[in-house]
Amino acid sequence: MKPGLTVGETLRAHGVTRRGFLKYCAAITSLMALPPSSLKAVAAALEAARRPSVIWLSFQECTGCTESLTRSADATIEELIFNAISLDYHHTLQAASGAAAEAAREQAMHENYGNYLLIVDGSIPIADAGYSTIAGISNRDMLLETAAGAAAIVSVGTCAAFGGIPAARPNPTGAVPVSELITDKPIINVPGCPPIPVVITGVLVQYLTFGLPDLDAQGRPLAFYGQSIHDRCYRRPFYDKGLFADSFDDEGAKKGWCLYKLGCRGPTTYNACATAKWNNGTSFPIESGHPCLGCSEPDFWDTGSFYHALSTPTEAIGEAAVYAAGGGLLIGAAVGAVHQRHKRKAIESHRKVSLDDIDEGAAK
Amino acid sequence: MDEVGAIAIEIEPTVATTGNVLPLLHELHHALLRFRDDGSEHCIDVNSLPLSEQDHRQLESVLGRGEVHARLQALGDSEITETRIPGIWRVIHANADGAVVGRFLEVTACPSILKTQQPDIADGIAHLQRLIDELPGEDQ
Repeated sequence: MKPGLTVGETLRAHGVTRRGFLKYCAAITSLMALPPSSLKAVAAALEAARRPSVIWLSFQECTGCTESLTRSADATIEELIFNAISLDYHHTLQAASGAAAEAAREQAMHENYGNYLLIVDGSIPIADAGYSTIAGISNRDMLLETAAGAAAIVSVGTCAAFGGIPAARPNPTGAVPVSELITDKPIINVPGCPPIPVVITGVLVQYLTFGLPDLDAQGRPLAFYGQSIHDRCYRRPFYDKGLFADSFDDEGAKKGWCLYKLGCRGPTTYNACATAKWNNGTSFPIESGHPCLGCSEPDFWDTGSFYHALSTPTEAIGEAAVYAAGGGLLIGAAVGAVHQRHKRKAIESHRKVSLDDIDEGAAK
Repeated sequence: MDEVGAIAIEIEPTVATTGNVLPLLHELHHALLRFRDDGSEHCIDVNSLPLSEQDHRQLESVLGRGEVHARLQALGDSEITETRIPGIWRVIHANADGAVVGRFLEVTACPSILKTQQPDIADGIAHLQRLIDELPGEDQ
């Protein structure tokens, strides 16, 4: 497939009407947390965007990120947007293998040198090149070679963005994120374990329409990661009122109160789960009654137990929050600072989580 | 069945109201005043607001349904309904799987997505021409 057609032309060729296109633009505008009034600008820019050539490299990963994107149900606009890029190399999805697959990658690089988009999922082992190779090429060599001609790199998933689970202590393979090896290219981090499918396509849409997006300190697009789970959570008003579940089966849990005391990392986690949701918009973890694990944050696996080490408040949060009903944001900032201290402490004195921890956390 | 049906089951709402419905209704009220006075339209992205299921139900019951209800079928169904307050429209977009991907309240005389779009008109003209060409001519 050769790039050339615009996204608008490609979608029309697939039988998408203007109304269908506007509908998608309305949904993506909402997801990017843009005001509804910017719908026209989003639609105009997306329609005129040219299809980019995309090379997708998978390193130390579980394929969950690719699954997240491709298992979204058939005939959704996400799939059509995915079709609107020219995916020239993806070794999990392509039919070719071995030398023929590598030839496709080299051809795509040659034809679009300096202009193609490189998507990476998985971390890169640098302790020993032999830990992960593709067609006899080490992950590190393949990344360095392919990144050289890329216009930009999208690190999809927490492994590519921050090292993720392969880099969790003791990190036997010396796993590192893309940003540790590539320092001379724009890198967009799209973390999550896995990332939300519509966020992956949304980042591509944003890149196509407005170019390189504004990023936060962790390299994540502000449009999707600009607000914490906590700020967009439908349980947030209970936090502001000091109404918390103290265990997974108490009255508070049944009434859907805030899961903060059960270890929820919503206040320190930046992602779009609370608005984009999962499983075709069914719900997100907090809506299913479970605290957020913070999977889109660096070192989420090494910050102590999910059920109390990081988030069990040692200060009198309950009382403070009651008085904060009118000034939730201020208290929220204070709590955020407390969290950061806990997180640093937990990373410094990392301890393994046992079943007892989970039982203990659940019993609290 | 009767025996099973005789068991009284009371379903408690799982999530209480957050108290965010009232300010939302005030925003709609002010938007409607502006629309009346200077014609400026307004759109609220309901999905971006922290509302519980109970809040959504409360909002539904206050706004109710008005005279117009339209269904758009483009990449999944969309329901476009004028509420019982003329000028306030509820627009709900679902994808092909029926999952809601957008939920808006629009203050307008008619949501723009209901209007026929120019590119679709161009396609329609070409389509109609093909249909005319395929019809047998008068001399046959």
